[in-house]
This record gives sequence, structure tokens and C-alpha cells, in this order.
Amino acid sequence: MEPFPEIPMLGYDVVVIGGGPAGMAAAARAKELGLSVLLLDENDYLGGILPQCIHSGFGIHYFKEELTGPEFAARLAKRLVELGVEYRTAARVLEIRNYSDLEKVVIFTSPSGVYQVWAKAVIYAAGARERHAFEIGIVGDRVSGIYTAGEAQTLMDIYGVLPGKEVVIVGSGDVGLIMARRFALEGAKVKAVIELMPYPGGLARNVMILKDFNIPLYLSHKVVEVRGKGRVQRVKVVKVDENINEVPGSELWIEADTLVISAGLVPAVKKLKKIGVEIDPATGGPVVNDRLETTVPGIFVAGNSLVINDLVDYVAEQGELAAEGTKEFIDNGGIESRKWIKVEKGSNVRLVVPHYLSGERDVYLYLRVARPMEDVELRIPEIGKRLKLPVVKPAEMIRLKLKAEEIQKANKKLTVEVVKA
Amino acid sequence: MKIKVAIIGAGISGASIARVLSKYENLEVHLIEKAPDVGWGVSKANTALIHGGYDDDPDKYPMRAKLCIRGNRLWHQWVKELQIAHVWNGALIVALQEEDFDELERLLERGRRNGVPEMRIVDREELFHLEPGLTREAIGALWVPIVGQIGPIPAVIALVENAVANGVKTHLETEVRGIKVEGGEVKGVETNNGFIEADIVINAAGLHADEIARMAGIDYFEIHPRKGEYFLFDDDVPGPRRVLFPTPTPISKGIVVTTEISGHLMIGPNAQDLPPEKKEDFATTKEGLEEVWEGAKKLWPQLPPRSKVIRTFAGLRPEPTGGDFIIKAEEEVWGFINVAGIRSPGLTSAPAIAYEVAEIIQRDLGIKLVEKEKWNPYRREITHFFMLPPEKANEMVKKNPSYGKIVCRCNNVSEGDILEAIERMKFIGVKTPSVDSVKFRTKATTGTCQGSFCRPRIVQLLAREYGVEPWKITLKGKGSEIGIGDVKALLRRDEA
Repeated sequence: MEPFPEIPMLGYDVVVIGGGPAGMAAAARAKELGLSVLLLDENDYLGGILPQCIHSGFGIHYFKEELTGPEFAARLAKRLVELGVEYRTAARVLEIRNYSDLEKVVIFTSPSGVYQVWAKAVIYAAGARERHAFEIGIVGDRVSGIYTAGEAQTLMDIYGVLPGKEVVIVGSGDVGLIMARRFALEGAKVKAVIELMPYPGGLARNVMILKDFNIPLYLSHKVVEVRGKGRVQRVKVVKVDENINEVPGSELWIEADTLVISAGLVPAVKKLKKIGVEIDPATGGPVVNDRLETTVPGIFVAGNSLVINDLVDYVAEQGELAAEGTKEFIDNGGIESRKWIKVEKGSNVRLVVPHYLSGERDVYLYLRVARPMEDVELRIPEIGKRLKLPVVKPAEMIRLKLKAEEIQKANKKLTVEVVKA
Repeated sequence: MKIKVAIIGAGISGASIARVLSKYENLEVHLIEKAPDVGWGVSKANTALIHGGYDDDPDKYPMRAKLCIRGNRLWHQWVKELQIAHVWNGALIVALQEEDFDELERLLERGRRNGVPEMRIVDREELFHLEPGLTREAIGALWVPIVGQIGPIPAVIALVENAVANGVKTHLETEVRGIKVEGGEVKGVETNNGFIEADIVINAAGLHADEIARMAGIDYFEIHPRKGEYFLFDDDVPGPRRVLFPTPTPISKGIVVTTEISGHLMIGPNAQDLPPEKKEDFATTKEGLEEVWEGAKKLWPQLPPRSKVIRTFAGLRPEPTGGDFIIKAEEEVWGFINVAGIRSPGLTSAPAIAYEVAEIIQRDLGIKLVEKEKWNPYRREITHFFMLPPEKANEMVKKNPSYGKIVCRCNNVSEGDILEAIERMKFIGVKTPSVDSVKFRTKATTGTCQGSFCRPRIVQLLAREYGVEPWKITLKGKGSEIGIGDVKALLRRDEA
């Protein structure tokens, strides 16, 4: 059946949605495995968010050397070109249709027209979006000068526009800290980084930025209000107690013309929800098996659409994994397993992916703890796995390799927990 | 010799008046607005409802009672002529306790007096058939099928585009500083952009209508702002099919729960009276938003988690002394017509207000209006890529590739949509390029991510089309620039 007789039709084994690091790695790997691939990205250039991440620190695991974001993207892009992967930029996916296990249609628009692509499988690697000021309950005047971190970064490092000169940053995660440094490097005054939690949210190497640039960090505080005429003039900050409730009388005002919101990322999975993909409330991304296949057969997911990662290296790794899953899916007409072992969250584990393991192959578990702890043991009691860790923090994703033979020891489920050693 | 008319204020009232007066051969109409674009005052932030006309007591508020139902009837025609997005989904005024029915009966009776058709009281069973998601506490409701919703700013834009196409001249970023009166007759208005001659001045200045009237020596009324706050939720949050009101109180129609025309659940407004000097205070407040949340929960208990909020905003209602619309030719100043105190149901009443003004010109000023032989009642809505079926979209893209390029990913707004918006901004005289002007015409930046992806791209397009540097593009007019210079401006110490 043809859904749209008037629209040009293309056919590939696999369509990869998103040309960031996950999508590029997935497309390259799928091509290496002998599949016909079409990669689609809505931007005018490949690389996703990487081209605007002009700092270094990328690629230590994946390329075994330290690169900047644009360099990391360029290497993957070069690999795509060398492999002859077909890709289209300025191509925005409008809809994914799932007709049957081996019949998917991806409808996209581009300056050359609207197309329908028939494919046996889809790898969804569309990244994430940032939480914005309204979502975190900031009230006050509706003024210019409020940006998400990514928006400020796009303005500065893609378009060469300086947003402002006196900056308050909401959130001490990696993105917020990196933007604090970015503004400082351009001569802006970063007045404060405001963190809701009693501990900073970023990787240790990024928390150092605050010291390097002499930027005040306010822990257990939140920005509640913005005032200004036309443009931000001052922001109201209050202290919060251990239950994140505002402490009365603790208000302080900080003069600034710019407020940068870096309050976390949310996987961008609306199109997957529409076709019935089950979502894990803990990650915000889909529920997947150890081939990164979602609950809709033949729809795979990788990168920040799966789970918010700290490192681009893991994102690219997930792309490759999804491509290998796709190959198996197409060759066998589905991902088969004698049994699926459910991965359960135990004590102090906030999220873990994948959600189901076959026990037929080695896997990486990606997990985050709920609260920081020291001298802990990561345990999986069902298979007798124990791993000592000096420090765990929610900000730092833990990547754990499990061998197939270890996983097989479990019967129906295995529980990941982080407890005092 | 044409009679020169100056309309002060390009909100829903001024724009409707401009459109109606553009029908006449012997008028030269000037529409004056202090903001960079039209519809940015009271018309910008409200509940966007076309009310039923049952709420206004004809003994206390004769103007409101008369014009609301007339406006409702006219909107049914105007939305078609002007291609304004709308939905006629009806309203339920919900009773939660037995004594509410007394008030509903009163509203029903009042509605009948005002000439509202098709209203009736429905019982619990029918109520849940009309609105399955309603609170289980509900015991009945007043059902008003003629109620609907429109996009208020898109409506103002449509009216002004149509008015301009029919010869109306706009003066944006033009602030009225004085009214020239000689020998008891108006002669024109003094503005920051010079003097605009006028034989008739129509004061449709919203929150500032009392100040404008005082410039002409008329000061029998005052306008004070009444703030209302709102929440908008992401479009995957289920909302009601109908417009849901609680049984009203003397001060307000109450906190509404509705699915606005773009498919977003919206709740609000509360009502907070502010002093007259607070006419620029569009700030949201923690307390106000809490009140809205609690109020909405009474009708719609399944409110989503706060993380599903995509926007909060506040609007100001221009509350006049006495509470009724003030629409009249002032006897002591010939040619000065007040259209003041246009609070709720002003959006609904606007078309009727416009015809009322035309009648006042003929009846009270004794000017015979001559209809044009050729007047164009139609205006085409801007292209919205997201509304095109794929085949149609493909045809558009083949003709013009920019329609194939999506700029706003949440709402599928194409570059073509945006370029068309910019063209139309220029057509009605928008001089200062701002992201909000594009937003209200295209819906770009109003989706899940609130513009964090597409705002920089819109800035680029505005900069290119207006021929200015990107950091000079504003969010909502001068003083709200997107940036302070190029990325090295501070290091070079030559901040823009």
C-alpha cells in the first residue's frame, strides 16, 4: 500500500533520524554492515549540537584522543563520506509510520520537496531538548535576555552574537558550567551559578571552571523571579531547604542582563510516543532491549533520545549498537531471544538502560544514582556481581560492562543497586 | 475632500474600527499604535474567547449586554472572511453545588433577555456526555453552544491587513502626546512622529484610554488594570472539549479551563485589581499563578505535573469607572469618540463596537458615510506548513524551496511561513523587526521547547530581511534586543 501516491518514494534498509554523533555513528556502522542507509538531519550541517561545542574534552574513549566538538563531528562526518553514506541536511522528519515489523515509512520535508522513505527499520537519534524558564516555574516580567544554555551557545558559536554582559546561570551541570566559562572567555561577567541541589551537578573537571574564573556558586538556591523592562535587569534568588522548599526571608536580588537556563535535558521523543513506543518515566526516553530496540519492533534509539548522556563517546557507542541491532533485526526478521531478563532499579539507582537483556550477548549498562555517596558497592545480587566505587554522583553516569555468561545466571530479572560498602 | 479619521490604538477594537471604516469612500483612516506591531496591548493576553453574551446585566451594563451577543454573531462571519483560526466548541458553566443552579438560572434568564440563542441547563448525565473529563463533583451546567475561541493577536493582524489592503494608513511606534482641539472641535493628534491631522479622533487606547481622553479635556472616567494570569501546557496534555467556567462571582467570570485553538490546555485567569499607575505591569506572580492552579483544579482535577507547563503569562483588563464600555461621541469636543473601558467581553464585542462607531459618526456627528464601490472583505491567512497535507506541501515546496525548510521543529513552521510573515509585517508598516511579530503570525517558538532551537534561526532571517545585524533584532521592540554585539564586542570594548 502507498500512503501518498503523489509524493516521491525512496527505499532503504534503514533510515537514521538525526545527524548528531549518535546518528552519524549509527549510519556509518549500518553501512559497514552492508545495509543501505539514509541519514536525515534538520540542520544545514551534520553534527547536531557538536559544532557549537567549541571546547575540548570529547572523544577520549571513542577516538582515544581529546577533541573539540567540531573536530569530533568532522571525524564522524568524514567516516560517513568515505563509506558513501547517503545523507540529507535541512531535512525535517514530519512523521514516522509503522505498518508492520519490516515496513516503516518516514515522511520528511526538505527544500527539494516532501518525500516518503520506505525502510525495514528506523534508528531514532534526534537528541534532546532543554528545559526552559517556564518549566522550572520562574515568574516575573516577560523580557529579552533569558536563554537556554543551548540557545546562548548557538547564538555565540554558530552565529557570532554575544547575548549579554552580566550573566546569571541556573544549574551547575556540565552545560551550565561550560556556558559560564564561555561567557567569561568573551569578557562577560558571570555573577553567579545557581544550583538547586546541595552539591554541584557537573563532572569534576567542569566544576573546576568556577575556581578558574572566580565565579560564585550558590548551592541549595533557586532563581524564582526575573524583573526588567525590555531586557532582564535583575533576578531574584532564594535559598531552599533539604526538601527543596523555599526558605522565607532568604531572598536576594542579583543585577544581571542575562539569565541562562541550564536545568537539564529531556529526550525528544514525541514522534516515538505517537507510534506507541513505551517511555521510561525515569529516563524520559524509550524502554529498550539490549539491542536498543524500543517496544515497537524495528524502531531503534540511540544517544540523548534514549537517555541523557554525559559523554559524546557513549552517545556514539549507542549509535553503533543500534546499528548492529538493526542489522540483526533485518537479517532475522526480528530481534529474537529465548528469554528477556528485566533490569530492575534497586537502592539509590535513579535510572538504568537497557531495560531488558537477552543474556546472549555482552552489554553495557548505563546508569545514574539518585544521590551522591562515598565508598559504595554497585551490586547485582542475582548474578553475584560486586564493584567497589569510591564516589558516585547523579551527575556522573556509570557505565558497566556485563558479559553474556554473567547475565545468563539471572532468571527473570536482575537488580542493580548502589549501597554502602 | 475626505474626512480624516485618526484611530488611537491598534488592538482588537481599533483594528475592527479601522476595517469597518475602510468601507467608506469619504473617509481617510489613520491607525496609530505606540507599539512596534499591532495587537500587543490588552488584546495580546486574554482568554481568547468569543463569549455567549449571557453574562452582562443589561440594566447595569447596557453596552456590554447589547454588543457582546452582536459581536458573537458577527465573528461567525468575520472569521470566514478573514480566515482567522477559530473553533466553535461551546461553553459549560459548571455547577458544583445546588445553590449554583440559582445563579445559572439567572444567567439563563439574562441570556434570553440579551437575545442569546440555544442556551439550556443540562443535568449531570448530559454534562458528562458533553465533557467526559470534568470533575466528578459537577452536578449540572449551563450549556452555551455559541461560545467559541479565536487567536486574539492573529485576529488583530488579520483585521489590520484587511484594513490596509482597503486603504487604511498605519503609524506604528507612534505615541500620542496630545490632542489638538480648537473651538471645541478636534483638529488632530500630536505624536512622537509629528502631527497627524484629523477631523475625527477615535480613542481606542485600551489601558491608556483615560489618559488620551484627558488630553482632549475629558476626564469623567478612569481606567485601572485588572490582572489575570494563565498557564499554557504542552500539546500532549489532554484538555477539555468545551470551554469550562465555574459558576461566576460578582467580580469575575472565574478561572476557565479550556483547550485553546492550537490544542494546548490553558487555565486562567484570576482577577487582581491594580492601581492605575500599574498599566505596564504584565509580570506573572507566584501567588497569582497558585490561585489559578487551585481554581482550575476544582473543574479539572487531572492537571498535569508542573514540568508540562510550557508558558505562563499575565494579561491586563482595562477596567473603567462604572464597569460598562464607554462608547460615545463626546459632546464638549466635536469629533472626539471614546471607545474606552473595553474590558471583557471586549474581544467578543469588537466587530459590534466597530459598527457602533460607524453609526455614531453618522448619527451623532451627522456625517453621511458613502460606501466604496469596491471594498474587499477578504483576506488570506498566512501559509502554515503544519496545516498542509503532504501532497499540498510538496506542491508548495516545488514552487518555493523555502517552504520545505522547517525552522520551528516543535510546530513545523517553515522558512517560507516566516518569510511570508516578514513580508506581511512590512505590508502593515512594522519598522522594528522582532521575534514576537514572527511568533504571533506563524506560531514559531510557541511549542514544547519555547523557541530555544528556532529563535536564533528566526533572528537570522529577520536580520537578513531587514538588513540589520542579528544582535539588533529584538524580542518585542526597542530595548529588548537579542544581543549586545558580535561575540568579541566586549573584548574589543565596543559594545553595541
